[in-house]
Amino acid sequence: MSFWKIAWRSIEQRALASSLTGLSMALGVALIILVLVIHNVFVAQLSNDAQGYELIVGGGQGSRFEVVLTSVFHIGKPLYPFPYSFYKKFVGDGEFAPYVEAAVPICLGDSYQTDDNHSFRVIGTRPEMFTAIPYGLDDDGHELNYQFSAGRNFKVENFYEAVLGSVAANRTGLKVGEHFQPTHGISAGDTKHDGFEVVGILAPTGTSTDRGIFVNMEGFYLGEGHAMPAKEGADDAAASPPPGEPSESEGNGPRPLPESQREVTSILVRCNPDLPTAAMFIEGRVNKGEDRVAQAVAPRNVVRQIQDSFLDPVRVVLLVLTVLIVVVAGISVLVSIYNSMSERSHDIAVMRALGASRAAVMGVILVESILLSLLGAAAGMLLGHAVLAVAAPIVENYTGITVRPWDFTWQELLLAPGLVAFASLVGLLPAMTAYRTDVAKTLGGAR
Amino acid sequence: MQPLTWVYDASFPPVTHAFRMLALSEVRKSYVEPDGTQLPILDVPQLSVAAGEQVVLRGRSGCGKTTLLNCIAGLTTVDAGKIEINGRDVVKLPEAVRDRFRARYIGFVFQTFNLLPAFSALENVLLGMTFTDQRADPQRAAELLKTVGLGHRLTHKPRALSVGEQQRVAVARALANKPVLLLADEPTANIDPAHQQQVIDLLRDACRQENVAMLLVTHADEVANQFDRIEYLEQVNRAAGVA
Ligand SMILES: Nc1ncnc2c1ncn2[C@@H]1O[C@H](COP(=O)(O)OP(=O)(O)O)[C@@H](O)[C@H]1O
Ligand SMILES: [Mg+2]
Repeated sequence: MSFWKIAWRSIEQRALASSLTGLSMALGVALIILVLVIHNVFVAQLSNDAQGYELIVGGGQGSRFEVVLTSVFHIGKPLYPFPYSFYKKFVGDGEFAPYVEAAVPICLGDSYQTDDNHSFRVIGTRPEMFTAIPYGLDDDGHELNYQFSAGRNFKVENFYEAVLGSVAANRTGLKVGEHFQPTHGISAGDTKHDGFEVVGILAPTGTSTDRGIFVNMEGFYLGEGHAMPAKEGADDAAASPPPGEPSESEGNGPRPLPESQREVTSILVRCNPDLPTAAMFIEGRVNKGEDRVAQAVAPRNVVRQIQDSFLDPVRVVLLVLTVLIVVVAGISVLVSIYNSMSERSHDIAVMRALGASRAAVMGVILVESILLSLLGAAAGMLLGHAVLAVAAPIVENYTGITVRPWDFTWQELLLAPGLVAFASLVGLLPAMTAYRTDVAKTLGGAR
Repeated sequence: MQPLTWVYDASFPPVTHAFRMLALSEVRKSYVEPDGTQLPILDVPQLSVAAGEQVVLRGRSGCGKTTLLNCIAGLTTVDAGKIEINGRDVVKLPEAVRDRFRARYIGFVFQTFNLLPAFSALENVLLGMTFTDQRADPQRAAELLKTVGLGHRLTHKPRALSVGEQQRVAVARALANKPVLLLADEPTANIDPAHQQQVIDLLRDACRQENVAMLLVTHADEVANQFDRIEYLEQVNRAAGVA
């Protein structure tokens, strides 16, 4: 009979105590797994969201973090905007245009309030947002382009068209063909401007785009409170048509806001792939401007910084806590086995009388500790991933974050050998008791 | 576990009849009392049991019968003397070797609580086969249980068996490794007289069949009187009466 079987029998024999001990181990391990997986999801999410472009040009006054948080993750207040003229340096025959493959302007400041008081950010932009910039890379490193699950992209000439991210569409309930009113300011206000028509809904991307409501920048500018006061003597007659477009819609369509009154929150810049130093060049030039109208930020660096300076330390803290939980669970394994030692001394003595060596009875106890810990840990892994499996669809629906519950992290693989080592350590104390059992004395109980 | 083949290989004499399977000479054992005084328990100048021989050991309570069996089995160390089993002085063996030797050559039946409660009857017998270098043989285990009349009780846990049945399982287990010597310490003391004889018959028949030498401790006259040879520990043991 193997030590495993002998150990299993004694675990079975004390089924209640064993299962409680195993359960505490399982909960500890499940927590570790939740921390590991959730952290990995966060990290993946962070790097997911900054794909497809090398630079973000944002207002000159905020911090690098603000630029990334507002432009990429739609978190926090909109930045200090910069004039439209600066954006024009990136398009047409502008200063930076040769270094740029695509430059997509973003205007922030509006939001849309759902009935259950959830606020979605309204982003004024251009259609290139969904055509010129991929949202991520697939496993083979190929770029992934936006897909529409319903409708189509908005058109430059239709000022009041909008496209919704998948989560925004789910949560607002807005469908293609329906109209909605954005609210000025991030939180609810009472000034509403003309309604936008939903013309398309994006397929899920697993990025923050899923939570966005994207409207034609032209319509956005015409909304209340979005125009800068017209400057004296500015060439205001009429805005030139939006860059890249032949002419504005004729007839009774609204007139676009003059460029001199326009502001841009940030620009997503996809650099010219033929010029490897393009990003460095633009970054250097934009950031050197004495007046510092704007700043160029490489989002990936900032994301890495966020990860290094915030997420990783948080994970360390959480892991330390969960490891402590596992240590406590391990101690409960020890206590459980140790408490059973006196009632088991007779069994151990009988085994010795049957020829088991001291090392053998010690081994049986160690194996029991390891088995109990491993079974608890296996249950914990299952439990952790099962919790994720239950939570994944809910999380995805609410946040657009894709959690793949049955993806195992490499750290989990370290759990098994780690736990075996730990369980051996924990089992050592009762195992030593078994080792030292005085057979003659224990069996001589009848004298 | 590294094999300890030399214990029962070429260097080891084969089992023969008329061979002194167990031979004690000048065995001394004393316990140290908590106050430091030595308390002599055993002082046995000479005692031997031939191969296949069945011997009863009698003596009043506390005269050292259990201690003697423990010394023979190597569960207790002796202070001096020689204990030869199958020609090998077990006193000199290192502990781990003595354990393996015990597993292979000695069967032990105690007065009570022989069986491990977590294991079925069959598993208890298999457990007896676990600590040798040989493979556990479930077929032999089942056959042994059949021999002791428990073929229908293989998967029962000890608590589902009567005391008599438990002792029969213990007998089967003691014989599992085909030992040369069986030590039985008052194996029927806790069994009602009706079933006592059954266990004694079993022990005697099985030992006879497999040519196992037996040293059996008992208080019961009706048990002792069935044996050809009865040793009184008070006569064998010079330390008896000191305690
Ligand atoms: N571990 C021990 N420490 C001290 N004295 C012991 C120990 N074991 C047995 N004894 C003493 O040794 C004597 C013999 O005990 P034992 O061999 O059990 O006697 P028996 O089996 O003949 O009744 C008794 O007096 C007992 O008190
Ligand atoms: Mg006794």
